Amino acid sequence: MQLAAAGEIAGGIHPYIGQEAIAAGICSQLAPADLLTSTHRGHGHVLARGVDPGRLFAELAGRSTGLNRGRGGSMHAADFSLGIYGANAIVGAAGAIATGAVWASRRLGRDGIGVCFFGDGAVNEGALLEALNLASLWSVPVLFVCENNGYATTMPVGAAVAGRIGARAEAFGLIARQVDGQDVFTVHEVAAAVLARVRDERRPAWLECSTFRFGAHHTYERRVRTDYRSADELARARQRDPVELAASGLSSDERADIDIEIEESLDKAVEFALGSPRPDPADPLRYLYASGLQPRRQDGGR
Amino acid sequence: MTVLSYRKAVSRALADELADDPEVFVLGEDVRAGATHVTAGLHQRFGDDRVLDAPLSEQAFTSFATGAAMAGLRPVVEFAIPSLLFLVFEQIVNHAHKFSLMTGGQTRVPVTYLVTGSGSRTGWAGQHSDQPYSLFSHVGVKTVVPSTPTDAYGLLRAAIRDDDPVVVFTPAPALDWREDVELATLRLQPLGAGVVRRSGSDVTLVAIGHLLQPALSVAEELAGRISVEVFDPRTLYPFDWDRLLESVGRTRRLVVLDDANRANGMAAEIIASVAERLPLAAPPQRVTRPDGAVLPFADELDRAVQPNRDQLLAAIERVMGKR
Repeated sequence: MQLAAAGEIAGGIHPYIGQEAIAAGICSQLAPADLLTSTHRGHGHVLARGVDPGRLFAELAGRSTGLNRGRGGSMHAADFSLGIYGANAIVGAAGAIATGAVWASRRLGRDGIGVCFFGDGAVNEGALLEALNLASLWSVPVLFVCENNGYATTMPVGAAVAGRIGARAEAFGLIARQVDGQDVFTVHEVAAAVLARVRDERRPAWLECSTFRFGAHHTYERRVRTDYRSADELARARQRDPVELAASGLSSDERADIDIEIEESLDKAVEFALGSPRPDPADPLRYLYASGLQPRRQDGGR
Repeated sequence: MTVLSYRKAVSRALADELADDPEVFVLGEDVRAGATHVTAGLHQRFGDDRVLDAPLSEQAFTSFATGAAMAGLRPVVEFAIPSLLFLVFEQIVNHAHKFSLMTGGQTRVPVTYLVTGSGSRTGWAGQHSDQPYSLFSHVGVKTVVPSTPTDAYGLLRAAIRDDDPVVVFTPAPALDWREDVELATLRLQPLGAGVVRRSGSDVTLVAIGHLLQPALSVAEELAGRISVEVFDPRTLYPFDWDRLLESVGRTRRLVVLDDANRANGMAAEIIASVAERLPLAAPPQRVTRPDGAVLPFADELDRAVQPNRDQLLAAIERVMGKR
């Protein structure tokens, strides 16, 4: 957040603060062959999956050492070496991509499953509903995780979603569960049971996690001063901070040790990121084509 | 020699790629039954995992192919109706096309979108008769429009083997064309290579897809009076600018025949790209559908918005300074 405010992260970020228990509770249970797709609010998912924090921060800061070599930025962090098929900024779009990737992986003899994260806004996207149908029809083992933080940008879920969210998944024959997304241990326990069924029964499932985003939809809200949530509502939600809830079972020494470890890790990551070279603007469209095709330049030359 | 129809050539290319590469699979609506004929028999030969019938969920199965491609397969997605590409423009452009760059080269998306029968089929009306190829060339998706059975075979196979997304438009009026070919000589044709189909010295006529046939016939009709060189780009993106510039560099006159809407179309790009490089002896001409055309239903209305022979003759006369 400080880096975004200081202008080190061009374009700002969509903070994940308040929803951490979901990524931690689910990604901690994934196997090396498992695949993951994420969203514009994807930092938590990819960190929980185990990306190098330095390379993630370098990506946010647009450096050539970033996960995506500075070509993706905050909304598109990907690390295929960890099965992260990218954070995707088009709401609901990753459902079918995850389904196809897992189907293909299994056909190629790999036994992983997929986890597809999205928010409550995505449950109104037809492309996601089509993907649920395909995944169920073709028995593709993907866990669809709906992080219901109550708002699609500023739109309250009650004003946007007709019917029950989980009923959308049930209609396509998916196993559907709902869980308190603020308590990492509850998320872990419920996800473990659902993931076991996804793996064993080779079928898709749906897990709706109730949560709250403590920060803005995007850091630009500081400037536009959107006002769609009351101070009361925010204060109530913050009483169930997932990090505090997770720490409540620790001694103060244990807590302090973990805090120091994380601070050091973040400091190192930021230092690596800000100390990394910026990409060469002479070659902005490198990687546009996997085949190496070079497009014409602005002046028509090559 | 064997008589090979364009449709059979497409089918043969699919079968040969399925046979050669276990990573290739075909996905789409009614592909099992082979409703467009080009996938007929493939399911019996290659089975459920290689020829997948998809429900009417174009957006999902298009992105399903994107995911499958990133995981290591080579999907061919068939669309029997060109206008369905508007429905999946998002999935192709925003995802399949952008992932290579956005991931910093971590992945590739080798998907082929096979459009079986683009353009007018006479009587299929407004929502089945578009030629949306310029849209894909605009956003940078590789775009192929083969004009002959031999090319349909060779370019489709090359598209399937390409590591990027490629849209292959097979024009509806070309599907029943036949060519005498030696089957053993059928080869892959490289993407991005245009070809001069008829040599000439007075004017270069660029003809896209099925319009190659009327272009050749008009060139023949004018022979002796006007020497028309006919250039078939074959791939619209990447376009073979070098070969076209070489041709127009000799003729200094350019006419483009393009069965798509006029404003911001492929013909406009071809003319601009030549005009910014070469001095021309006469203003270049294009013969296209009208601006923003929606193909109307009745036969005579359908034909009235497609570029025709008289318009082409007039354009050639104009560029020759005869009118």
